[in-house]
Amino acid sequence: MKRKNRLKLIRGLFLSAGLFSSYALYAQSEAKRAYYFTDLNGVLLFLFVLVFFLLAGIWYLKIKIREMVKMNRRLKNRNNETDFDKYMKDLSSDQIEAYLKYSKQDDASSAESSNGGNNTALKSGIVFLLLSLSSLGLFAQDRSGGKGSVLGETGIIITIFLLIIPIGAGIVFMIFKVLKLINQKKNQLNLIRAEELAQHLSHSPDADTRRDLIKRKEALDFKLTHSELSGNLPAEDKKGLITSITTDSGLPVVTQKKKAIKRPNVDPRLAKLVLWYIGCATFWLLFGTTVGEYVGIKFVAPDADHLSWLSFGRLRPVHTNAVFWGWASLGMLGLAYYVVPRVSNRELVSFKMGWYSLWLINAAVLLGSISLMAGINNAGGEYREYIWPIMLLFGIGLVLTLINFLKTIARRTTKEIYISNWYIVAALIFGLVISLVAYIPWWQDGLGETIVQGYYMHMGVGMWFMMMTLGLVYYYLPQQLNRPIYSYSLGILAYWTQILFYTLIGTHHFVFSSIPWWLQTVAIVGSVGMVIPVVAGSTNFILTFKGGWHKISDSYTLPFYLVGIIFYFTGSLQGTAEAFRSTNLMWHFTDFTVAHSHLTMYGIITFFVWAGVYTIIPRLSGKEAPQITVGAHFWFALIGLLFYTVPLMYGSTLKGLMWMEGKPFLDSVVFSAPYWLWRAVGGSLMWISHIFFVYNVYKMIGGKAIVDVKEAAFEKLAQTSAGTH
Amino acid sequence: MEFFDNYKKLFSATFLLFVGLTILVAILPAFRNEKNNAPLPNAVPLSEDAVKGKAVYIANGCVACHTQQVRIVDMDKTWGPRPSIAADYADMHRTDFWRNTATLMGTERTGPDLTNIGNRQPSLEWNLVHLYNPRIVVKESVMPAYPWMFTLKTNPGKDDVVVNVPAEYLKGKSGKVVATKQALHLVAYLQSLKQAPLPDGRPAPEFLYKREVKALPAADGTIPALDGAALYAVNCQSCHQANGEGLQGAFPSLKGSKIVLDDNPEAMVDIILHGYNGREKEGFPPMPAIGTDNNLSAEEIAAIMNHERTSWGNSAKEVTPAQIKEIIEALKSDVK
Repeated sequence: MKRKNRLKLIRGLFLSAGLFSSYALYAQSEAKRAYYFTDLNGVLLFLFVLVFFLLAGIWYLKIKIREMVKMNRRLKNRNNETDFDKYMKDLSSDQIEAYLKYSKQDDASSAESSNGGNNTALKSGIVFLLLSLSSLGLFAQDRSGGKGSVLGETGIIITIFLLIIPIGAGIVFMIFKVLKLINQKKNQLNLIRAEELAQHLSHSPDADTRRDLIKRKEALDFKLTHSELSGNLPAEDKKGLITSITTDSGLPVVTQKKKAIKRPNVDPRLAKLVLWYIGCATFWLLFGTTVGEYVGIKFVAPDADHLSWLSFGRLRPVHTNAVFWGWASLGMLGLAYYVVPRVSNRELVSFKMGWYSLWLINAAVLLGSISLMAGINNAGGEYREYIWPIMLLFGIGLVLTLINFLKTIARRTTKEIYISNWYIVAALIFGLVISLVAYIPWWQDGLGETIVQGYYMHMGVGMWFMMMTLGLVYYYLPQQLNRPIYSYSLGILAYWTQILFYTLIGTHHFVFSSIPWWLQTVAIVGSVGMVIPVVAGSTNFILTFKGGWHKISDSYTLPFYLVGIIFYFTGSLQGTAEAFRSTNLMWHFTDFTVAHSHLTMYGIITFFVWAGVYTIIPRLSGKEAPQITVGAHFWFALIGLLFYTVPLMYGSTLKGLMWMEGKPFLDSVVFSAPYWLWRAVGGSLMWISHIFFVYNVYKMIGGKAIVDVKEAAFEKLAQTSAGTH
Repeated sequence: MEFFDNYKKLFSATFLLFVGLTILVAILPAFRNEKNNAPLPNAVPLSEDAVKGKAVYIANGCVACHTQQVRIVDMDKTWGPRPSIAADYADMHRTDFWRNTATLMGTERTGPDLTNIGNRQPSLEWNLVHLYNPRIVVKESVMPAYPWMFTLKTNPGKDDVVVNVPAEYLKGKSGKVVATKQALHLVAYLQSLKQAPLPDGRPAPEFLYKREVKALPAADGTIPALDGAALYAVNCQSCHQANGEGLQGAFPSLKGSKIVLDDNPEAMVDIILHGYNGREKEGFPPMPAIGTDNNLSAEEIAAIMNHERTSWGNSAKEVTPAQIKEIIEALKSDVK
């Protein structure tokens, strides 16, 4: 029965997938003809989602109805005797007692019961409902398809939404009504059965049954003495298993979550190295986002200052590069320095190289930030703003780390190379390759620069940050859930497809520009291909949670992983959606891109790095951050990110449409003001969350643990005894 | 699998796959592009000042908000008469030993595209005022102000370029605002940004995703007039302002202007098409040939003129596109 249902569910999913894909085809062919088509996508998508939910609702109802029909049929063709036996075996002690008492009196009264009949009425009612529902779905499709370009008008969109709200509410209402009806009917049937059962019970049982029942009653009345296992002696903890009992926990402000378990045998040299990486990363996060926050405010208050070093064009790359190379890169590397030796089951080969790498990268970001503010940059390509001598420091840092990791892996004591190390080492290789490609000048005259730029900036995001972060998640997430990764093979599939498709997509930042058309097309195709690794990866992570979902509420790290996974799925697929030519018309050059990069670099990378930081520091230092500030950090960051991105995406879409309509450019600037304000608000919340994060890191690394009364007392005792001798 | 357990094989395969794809989608196309494209014969190389101005443009990260590419889509028509092509960028080479090539194509259009700004806004005075503080001329602008590219002098010398900045933007300081070399170089660079025409009358590639023409003839056959206010906003407003009053001492007022209110529209059409330098004595800089530079049609000019003739308390007779067409023809033959 269950398997059958599942089969049906899968069939249904395929059906709806077919629906979606046919929609996509339709959208493409239409895009060429009607200029206004692109702005319909949102509405159409909404309608299709609605239809999808309708179908799901109908499917659910259908299953329910089938259940009902089966129940009815069983009721009709049932074998009375065995049926009652089932009930007789299931009587409770009180019921048996009542029955035995009742049957003694033995007054038989008969009652006729009639059964069946009106279920046909119910059936036909439901069929009607289904029909009306499905016709409604068809209607929705027809309407959206037929009206063409008029749908682009804001008024029409609003009208459609207004229409959909009551219709949708009505459908939900109907579903509830039908479910209620089904319940009623079920109860009706049960009452009929109850009546029959009562009638059956009104005859007194034969001797056998009576004996059985009495025996059953005795069994049911059996009670434990509660001392079967413990015996009657008082409890004693001979093995010392129970420690630090608190009987008075006070009134907690936040729910108590599980403490991190201290890891045994972490080399203190490694612990120190990892903590320094994370500490430096934390500094760059605060620095980079303070700059970002200020840059965001400048959209609302352009005359905030008139200093050349703080002007928008100079500060923007300071922000992006500091959070990229300072925060995210150092944070990831710090976490990786723990993972690589751990899964190789081998000590890190060279701590010295690790420290050199740390200082080189820090020096690169420090010098880079200063030089950018002084007006020295590499001529404009995003994330390629540091000039080559500065980026060279970063590159040497990566080389040292790569050699270090490769040597550690070479000397591993495990046979397999755990998948985390695939991703981490690959990310280092790719990071070096793209830096070399981007900074070697031979092929970068004219448009060559732009082709390389598209490649470089997107590979930086996908093959350096995303690749390494995925590697980290493959270690830290299973560790936190205390269960292995759901599928190793999916991880391998995601690995190779990520390389295959991601490498192609760079130039989708220059769609419709003068770089070769075929290259743009390759990038768009690659962007669609990215669906494979993204779906494989996020499915793998989500299924690793399977059976462990309850752990989320007990843990203060798992929510960070979960948010990261959700944004990994949504943010990455949003990237695919943005790559199409039709969506490029509307979104390219607007702040939609900015919102997207924050959804991904912040929602995915930063949340995952935070998750790793909260996972690993307590295990290295033995200290934990106060739960209330971890919670504050999480919620401020998440809410801030949504405040930042959602209004910006909405406003940018409308801005893009204004451009397409040929409205004066200045109108679109004026129009954007409220969305920029929202962005500043969201950015401020994110920034506040970072203050909490910095505090938490301080508490975890440098914070003084609260004085333990017992330990302090014994210390004193030791001192005094030393004094007397 | 043995292959996956051998770190040399695994990471070599990873490396080779990535490098192979990199060569295909980045390095080879970049080389090919470099080899197959030469600068247009009509393209004017940057002057010495403009080269220095480009360095200023790069140093201040202008590319963060300004693109320099007219995409091959209809909506980008505002920024240039033809789509940008690879040849437009062919003459760009590595900036110097320390810095990369700067095509400055950009990925964000927080501000307007500048591919053709030298044609669209050639006025030195406007650019300098705008650079000192964009909100002097465009109230709604969110562009940063660059006052550090200017100095204050009580007695500017003969060669000093004085910028007419309203007192409220001087924040209580006194003196004349004088543009530094940096500002002048930057403006020289902006003025040099012009789309070069394609050689020997070769047709430019067509813009894609054409907008459906809205101005369909109505039922009675009349063609609805173009939106003069919108055209004014795009072509004229940055100097003459939304209220038509211009900027005192910098850009003349159109409100109550003799030329605008003249029953004979000839002089006004001439100024729009070919620019004007008749009021330099009063301190007003020459007006650029907006109509010619921006390829305005007779219909568009008529719509702009009617907006100017009937707004802000102006009430002159409206003109018709046919009338304007005639004047344009007459002016053409005059020039000949």
